[in-house]
Amino acid sequence: MRELQGIYVLWLRDIKRYVRARSRVFGSLGMPFFFLIFFSLGFRRAQIPSLSLKYTDFLAPGVVAMIVLFTSVFSGISVVWDRQFGFLREIMVAPIGRVSIAIGRILGGATTAVIQGWIMLIASLAIGFSPHLHGLLPATLFMVLMAVAFTGVGIAFSTLMRDLHGFQIIINFFVFPIFLLSGAIFPIKELRSIAFLAMFNPMSYAVDGIRWSLTGYTEISPIYDLLALGGFSVIVVLTASYLFKRMEV
Amino acid sequence: MAAIFVDNLTKNFNGFKALDSVSFEVGEGEIFGLLGPNGAGKTTAIKILVTLLKPTSGEAAVAGYDVVREADKVRRKIGIVFQEPTLDLELTAKENLDFHGRLYGMNREERRKRIKQVLELTGIKEKADTLVKNFSGGMQRRLEIARGVLHEPEILFLDEPTLGLDVQTRMKIWDYIENLKKKGVTIVLTTHYIEEAEKLCDRVAIIDFGKIIALDTPEILRGYVGGDLLTIEVEGGAFNTSISSSLPSSAKIRDNLIEMSVKNGERAIPEVVGNLQSRGIKIRSVSLRKPTLEDVFVNLTGRKIRESGEEWKFWLRMRRR
Repeated sequence: MRELQGIYVLWLRDIKRYVRARSRVFGSLGMPFFFLIFFSLGFRRAQIPSLSLKYTDFLAPGVVAMIVLFTSVFSGISVVWDRQFGFLREIMVAPIGRVSIAIGRILGGATTAVIQGWIMLIASLAIGFSPHLHGLLPATLFMVLMAVAFTGVGIAFSTLMRDLHGFQIIINFFVFPIFLLSGAIFPIKELRSIAFLAMFNPMSYAVDGIRWSLTGYTEISPIYDLLALGGFSVIVVLTASYLFKRMEV
Repeated sequence: MAAIFVDNLTKNFNGFKALDSVSFEVGEGEIFGLLGPNGAGKTTAIKILVTLLKPTSGEAAVAGYDVVREADKVRRKIGIVFQEPTLDLELTAKENLDFHGRLYGMNREERRKRIKQVLELTGIKEKADTLVKNFSGGMQRRLEIARGVLHEPEILFLDEPTLGLDVQTRMKIWDYIENLKKKGVTIVLTTHYIEEAEKLCDRVAIIDFGKIIALDTPEILRGYVGGDLLTIEVEGGAFNTSISSSLPSSAKIRDNLIEMSVKNGERAIPEVVGNLQSRGIKIRSVSLRKPTLEDVFVNLTGRKIRESGEEWKFWLRMRRR
């Protein structure tokens, strides 16, 4: 009971901070939104042989996944900020287990990431994306799974960083490659000989799952998406909790 | 049962002994002070007691629970105010307190009541709904203390509670700490401010290079100096070696100042002065003061607690964190 309360409090804190930081909310939506507008504009007449879908409909789910990816990794890494501002200590000496703390943060970060994903989804309607309505629920499920997984990844990173110097490296050498190799802006098949790399990328399954839910188009298969993403989430949550537990404040 | 029991506690950081076989006990309802220069090991001791660091060897128990094996139980009994700020700057004062209350399992009614109380006690009621990032340093400190006692801990740890605060805020915090003692809270505080240790603490452990070098009530510790401190200023150039033979052996001569510690200072003045004058030495001024814990520290280590040059080391250490 006490542990549940602890998880809830940490979740609540993330939500409060999210609601308060409006400039950050819109700031982080900016880049994916411009991706969406200008890519779909610029490539609207491009012929991609393996693609049987209007490019805008192909791109929109990918950009939704993009914002979920970025928001969740960032919010996981924000543990480093907490350490720098000392707040982490307040949490670490509280009478709740560290695993609960990690889970609370993962859920908090994941919630804000899914909300961001939804805002992007609604925004994409404005440029002519028309998702299947019955696909909204499964799409949300995929968003939740990937948000949990990547917030966990962010937290795992944060336990290994003493300060924010490594932040750029993580963005440029982890988040961007993962995003570009996920089939979010072009089909995985087009990668030819290195398409297999995308199969090791958990983000690919998230993108494919969300796209399948919203448009019916799939490159992998929704069942594989679910299994791969679910398995990855479990492994990440366990790893992040473990790393968090042995972290020194 | 002692509120805190520490036996042979040692902590090594890569071969550096931050704490070296430290032992002490703190009684229930006592204010216990750890006094020493920066880097002496005070914060390390506190961190071990509040379960944030594991000792290299030795044992420590807080409220009857072992700080390593029963860390969870210890955490329920204690409140902590850290040396560095640990507030969430993006939340308001009230939200910070509410968050804390929830973490410690307080229900809505308890939280409402206690938050009101601690805000009043620390005098930040008017700022309850202000974001903490807009608080001054002193106000943040008061909020930290309010938060540390919100859940009514049995034992409160204060790591340099008034570091860098102005005199007025410091006095208010002292008052508040004394009030807590009246309510039966056991308090352990670290400080490198002499006045703070003397004013608040029932007993003080003087700590240097990771070791406790003296532990007693401030009164008894002051007795280590051997009496009151008498300083006599004489006309320059009048010195010769023959004076020292007429002075007690504790006397130190520096330029045209003679410093010595004497029992019953008020009564000793006429004799010492007469003695000097009879040797033809002209006296400019005489001053007498009671010894402080600073004098005790100087007596024990030959150094001052706040040696010049300490400050930058301290800041360097802060930055490395």
